[in-house]
Amino acid sequence: MKNLKMSIAVMLLLAVSFTNAQEKEKMNHKHGEMEMDHSKMKMDKMNPAAETVLADYFMLKDALVGDDTKKAAQSGSKLVASLKKFDKSSYSKEQQKELADIIEDATEHAEHISESAIDHQREHFKTLSKDITDMVAITGTKSTLYEQFCPMYDKGSAWLSTSNEVKNPYYGSKMLKCGKVQKTIQ
Amino acid sequence: MKILKIIATIALVGFVGIQFIPTERNQSDTVPETDFMLVHNVPETIQKKLQVSCYDCHSNNTQYPWYNKIQPAAWFLEDHIKEGKAELNFNEWDSLSSRRKSSKLRSIIKQIESGEMPLDSYTLIHKDAKFSEAEAEELINFITQLKDSL
Repeated sequence: MKNLKMSIAVMLLLAVSFTNAQEKEKMNHKHGEMEMDHSKMKMDKMNPAAETVLADYFMLKDALVGDDTKKAAQSGSKLVASLKKFDKSSYSKEQQKELADIIEDATEHAEHISESAIDHQREHFKTLSKDITDMVAITGTKSTLYEQFCPMYDKGSAWLSTSNEVKNPYYGSKMLKCGKVQKTIQ
Repeated sequence: MKILKIIATIALVGFVGIQFIPTERNQSDTVPETDFMLVHNVPETIQKKLQVSCYDCHSNNTQYPWYNKIQPAAWFLEDHIKEGKAELNFNEWDSLSSRRKSSKLRSIIKQIESGEMPLDSYTLIHKDAKFSEAEAEELINFITQLKDSL
């Protein structure tokens, strides 16, 4: 009799601890799901196609900062290719239309940059910078960007940079420090 | 001497032969509603200038010169017109988004400023297509205003 009572008590204890453990597992599971949701949100913010476009844009910008026409032309061609690969399917209809417009315009400027002398490259870089800025407004980006502005070039021209230190792509070594950060994009 | 004769004969036959290869003619009777001049209020002097200096390669209607009847000149022209229209077609102006328009207007200003357009090979024969300094200034002012109003 005593034995039976003991074993019932043990069984009960086991059952309780078992359900408890299950509950905990469920909670863990839920927690995991929540984390996944969170990382998905982050993923949305870093569309890999947009990041590639940005990387090529910054390569182009650095080439212009360094007065390097050849490298700028190469980056221009790369940018044409990465713009072509841009996948818009995850965006709303309205955004897709806007992105298509931006990409068409940016592609034309990138094409011109790939086959022009440096003065011409810089002219196109100005409008290209506006296109890329508008793209980032829709796609977002994983890194912090700085919109910089030079009041001297063509009645005032902006560009994007990953660093808050000003290095002017419109003048290069001629006036490297001309400009200021006018906006931080996060 | 005989060899020269043979070469001359081959060249002549070739020249006559290519005359029979058809070219695509860029001509149209209608001006679509999307035309630059129909959409915007363009001053008459600028309208005329655009027509004479730009529309031959940047619209659906080319005023062909007599030598277009002769190859290989016709090919050369066809190529230029194709490229010109791909870059900018005034007839289809209003089908562009405002972003695209702004980009195109910017390019027009830069091309006229730097004298890259109209092409030298074009103004060589079309003397009246050349922009005088005053004409260039008038056009640039007009296009700049238009661009700012977009």
